[in-house]
Formats: sequence, C-alpha cells, structure tokens
Amino acid sequence: MLRALRSIVARDLRLSLRRRGDVLNHLVFFVIVVTLFPLGVGPEPNLMRIMAPGIVWVAALLAAMLSLQRLFASDYADGTLEQMLISAQPLGLIVVGKIVAHWLMSGLPLTLLAPVLGLQFDLPQQALGVLTLSLLIGTPVLSLIGAVGAALTLGVRGEGVLLALLVLPLYIPVLIFGAGGVAAMANGLGAGPHLSLLGAFLAISCVVAPWAACVALRVAYD
Amino acid sequence: MLEARDLACERGDVRLFAGVSFALAAGELLLVQGPNGSGKTSLLRLVAGLSRPAAGDIRWTGEDIRKLRENYARELLFVGHANAVKDEFSADENLAVARELAGRKSTPLERADALERIGLAARARLPARYLSQGQKRRVALARLCLAADTPLWILDEPFAALDARALATVVALVDEHLARGGMAILTTHQEVAIATRLRHVIALD
Amino acid sequence: MKATTLEAHADGRGNALLRFAAPQAFFPLAGKMIPWFAALAVVFAVGGLYVSFFVAPTDFQQGESYRVIFIHVPAAWMSMFLYVVMAAWAAFGLILNTRLSGMMASAIAPTGALFTFIALWTGALWGKPTWGTWWVWDARLTSELILLFLYLGFIALTTAIDDPRRAERAGAVLAIVGVINVPIIYFSVKWWNTLHQGASVSLTKAPSMAATMLAGMFLMALAAWMYSFAAALWRVRSIILERERDALWVRERGGGA
Repeated sequence: MLRALRSIVARDLRLSLRRRGDVLNHLVFFVIVVTLFPLGVGPEPNLMRIMAPGIVWVAALLAAMLSLQRLFASDYADGTLEQMLISAQPLGLIVVGKIVAHWLMSGLPLTLLAPVLGLQFDLPQQALGVLTLSLLIGTPVLSLIGAVGAALTLGVRGEGVLLALLVLPLYIPVLIFGAGGVAAMANGLGAGPHLSLLGAFLAISCVVAPWAACVALRVAYD
Repeated sequence: MLEARDLACERGDVRLFAGVSFALAAGELLLVQGPNGSGKTSLLRLVAGLSRPAAGDIRWTGEDIRKLRENYARELLFVGHANAVKDEFSADENLAVARELAGRKSTPLERADALERIGLAARARLPARYLSQGQKRRVALARLCLAADTPLWILDEPFAALDARALATVVALVDEHLARGGMAILTTHQEVAIATRLRHVIALD
Repeated sequence: MKATTLEAHADGRGNALLRFAAPQAFFPLAGKMIPWFAALAVVFAVGGLYVSFFVAPTDFQQGESYRVIFIHVPAAWMSMFLYVVMAAWAAFGLILNTRLSGMMASAIAPTGALFTFIALWTGALWGKPTWGTWWVWDARLTSELILLFLYLGFIALTTAIDDPRRAERAGAVLAIVGVINVPIIYFSVKWWNTLHQGASVSLTKAPSMAATMLAGMFLMALAAWMYSFAAALWRVRSIILERERDALWVRERGGGA
C-alpha cells in the first residue's frame, strides 16, 4: 500500500521535474503578485507590515489555485487518468498520491519562499516564523480542496475561471486562520489558536477532500 | 467469465444503444462492430467499468463489476482511444508506470523484451514526445506483451495507425492470449485474421 | 431517436417511499401543489407586510428604517436553510441514484441565490441609515456574501457541463463539500471579525422585540418558505419536461412533437 503510494508520488514528481518551467512559473507568479501590492497601495512601512501576512497569503492562494490545473488535466487529456480509474490500485490512494506530489511541487516551494518575501515587508522574525508555519499547515489544505475543484472541472467549458470560482470561496477559512495568525502574533495575542484551527481544518480536509475528489473523478467519466 | 445483460448507454440526451447482452468464456473473442458514433467505444468503456450503464449490469465471475472494483481491474487490461502515454517519459518509463497501475512489477529486462517485440527497441529511452503517432500507439500496446497473466483484454481500435509489421505482431499477441485461455473484446474497422473460431460479434447500429 | 422508458435504478424496486422519486409520478403531484403554495405565499406576504409596516411600532432608536429587517432576516434564514436542503437532495441523489433528487437540487439553487442576494441588498439598505455606510465587513454580511459565491459556483458548474447527469452529480459533490464548509466559513469569518473590529450593531442585539414585530417576522418567514416551495417545484417541473422530453409519458401529455 505504502509502496504503491510512493510510486505514484514519485511518478508525479518525476513528471514535474521534467516540466520544471511550470513549477518555476508559479513561483515567479507568486513573487510578482506580492510585489504588486506595495506598488498599488504605496510603500508606507507601517501599513506594509500590517498588510504583509494578508498579501503573502492571498498571493499563495492565487498561485496554488493556478497550479491546480496541473493536477489532473494532463492525465485527463492523454488518457492516463482513465487508466488510473480502472487501476488495480484503489483510486483513493492514487488521488492522495497526486495531492501529496502537487503539494511538494507547489505548496512547499511557496512556503520556503515566503520568509524571503516577508523580509521585503520588514516583518519581525517571530512573525516570519509564524507566517512560514501557517503556510506549512495551510498549503496542504489548498492542494486538498483544490483537488476536488480540479476534478469537478475536468474537461468542462471555461475550466480555468470556473475552477477559481469554485475553489476560492472554499479557501477562505485557510486565508483567515493563516493570515490572522500572523496578525495576532503582531498584536501580541499569540498565534496558537489560529494555527490549531488551521490544523483542525487540515484534518477535516484530509478526510473529506480525497473522498470528494474520487467521486468527482468518477463522475467526470460516467 | 464475463457476462453483460441488457446494457443500455446514454450520452447526454441520446440513447446510443439498448438491450446489449453477451457472455464471454475463456478463450473467446468478442468483436464489436458498427459505424462511427454507434457507441462501440462507449460499450467498451462500460465493460471496462469506466462509466456506468443507463440500464443493465455487467458481471465478472458472477459478481457485479462495480462492487468488485479493484479486484476486477486487476484482471483487466484496457487500451483505450487515448494512449495514456506521457510525452515527458520514455517508452520504457511509460511501460513501467502502466504496469504499476496494473498492480504488477516489471523488470527492465521484461520491458526491454516487450518493446523489442513491438518494434521499439531502438527508441526505448527516447522521450515519447519524439515518437510518431503510430509509435506512441505501439508504446500503449507494448503492455499486451507483459499482460499474459491478465485474463481480460479490452482493446479499442488496436490496429489503427499501425504499420503492417506491428499489426501482425498485435494480431499474434491476441491469438496467443486467446490460445492460452484469455478473453478479448475489441473494436476494429479492419478485417483482421484472428485465428480463433470462438468468436462472437456484436453489431451496433 | 428511440423512445426511452427511463426507469431510475431505485424506483423499479417498488419501494413506496421512493415512488414519488420517479419524475413521471412527481410531475403531476408538483403541478397540483404549486397553486396552493403560491397562494399561501401571497397570503402570508400580504399579512406579513401589513403587520411589519403598519402594525409594528416604530423603533425608538432606529426609526422607521429598521422595518427592512422584516424582509432581511427571513431572506437570510431562507438562504442558509435552502443551501442545506439543496445539499441534502444532492447527497440523496448521489447515494441512492434517484433521478429526481439531482433535479431538485438544481431547482433550489436559483431560489437560494435569490434569497442570498435579497438578504445582502436589504442588509445594505439597512446599513446605510444605521451604520452610515452601505457595506460593513460584519461577520453575518460577509458570510452571506460568501454563501452567494457558493451558490453562484454551484450554478456555474452545473450550467457549464453539457451532460445533465454529469452536471447533477458534479453539482452534488460540490454542494456536499460546500455544506461541510459553510459552518467552518461562518465560524472563521466570525472569529476574524471579532479580532478585527470592536462591537458593531448586530441584528440580534437589537432591543427586545415587541410581540407584533415577532409576528411580522414570523409571517414573512412563512411567506418565504411558501414561495420557495412554489418556485422550486415550478422549476423542477420545467427541468423534468426538458430532461425527459423524449420519454413516452411526456409525449403522451402532448408535450413533445
């Protein structure tokens, strides 16, 4: 079982590494979006320090959302996905494997990049730590919920925008707990409760999202 | 033993076919014929368990395939319209991934033999993006060489886009499979000489 | 094209409970119920509006403008409730594979979105004189806005998919995921709100309501219920006709050519 999971994750990672451009593009997109905010709002340091967690998190949501199309679309297009649906491996296992690989190639790099971006906004060290931690807990949720949206919109007209429409509202709790944690830290309230709630949301997503994504994939072929 | 009873299939509002029944025993071949759009591919996808019939049921050794799920999938090899070949992977890697999805291991040697037989030995390590349409099809069909232990083969237009030599190879593979007691369901436009006399034909209109 | 008998997988088993899950059985039943619900909706609405606007006393803090809550509150209740009902039908359809359930979910969605929109609109109308601004990032208003996004997502997904069966089932998955998410979203927004701003005037904290106010609210809520029944049933009838236009029973009614 674990071996099968590992081989699925390995396959998707290998595929991503052969398309390095895609992964890098999303990271660059993330950096550009973050950079746009000071240009739009004005570089007032105090304001920037307050807005930084929200900006980084919103940019992370958008970058994660854009990368979702990588998750199933190419496998759908070339027929690999139908082989997965009638695979001897349980579909749930395959879906979980793909989500893990997706996170390793989108959520994790974003998380690692975030402290650097935080420095641009002059975030204090502690806040940087909380920001990174919140992204570490929160970005897997983005991949999980995103998988449901990606599966639902497979081969549908106006796929990209529709995916955003479905997934972004569901991302709101992640945004609130994630960015809120950093803000609470800055206000001297401590980020513990926010991060615990984010963790709870992650736990719920781990249970619901793979199941829903499996059903959605079967529906796409029915 | 594969049994289908009274299958019906709808695509959107259109009913493609209804009342299709058949039974397939060891060593038997089922040819599905009909013009474009008559539902040949849809029938194959129903039998593979990819989509569910609007009516009727499909049984494998007496049990509904939707209940068996992975246990049915393990007994099944499906080559669809789409090749399931990744451009970024070489023929060899594609074959390895396909075998893993089928829940079986394969050694590099076995895969090399398979690719040799299907006529891709020289291009086994090349990313599939550099292969022609017919060569990609052969990568997908190379799975047949490794699937001696898989009793049910479902092949959608396996002979399309193949040259004469590859076609002969695939026909031979199906023959061998039937001879050792396997079952095969296939659609084709070409009249091909598959040796078995145990053949059923379903004509869709 | 061949005429289809179109028996659902579930309704061939003779289960009495599921009898009306067959569209052809439900269609005439719905037709008979619609006028009743519609009439009741009008009666309750007229009564409710009369009580709200002429009988209920003027609020001594907020003046006459508070009267918009007689529409706002029932609409907000209905918008949330309908989402749950929609998800329940969707789940039912996904599990039992009854044909009608998915149609009901699709039929309810526009009504739910409408009530959400009304709740937001009247909320803004109420906010202007009360808070001095059309929009406040109040927890309830924000959740309501997100609920509208969820409805719009459901409608967008089901209309983007051409195959009606797939559209229904995909919509069902989304509705189920959404309904699990709704309380989490509501909670998170409330949490966010309390951290970010101080006390704001909230509807429930309004001074204890006079009995006539409650009566007005109650009547308006009933009107909203009745309207929802009528609208959903009416819409589901159109969906049934459209979906089953080739079925024998529809053509025998003279519906199809």
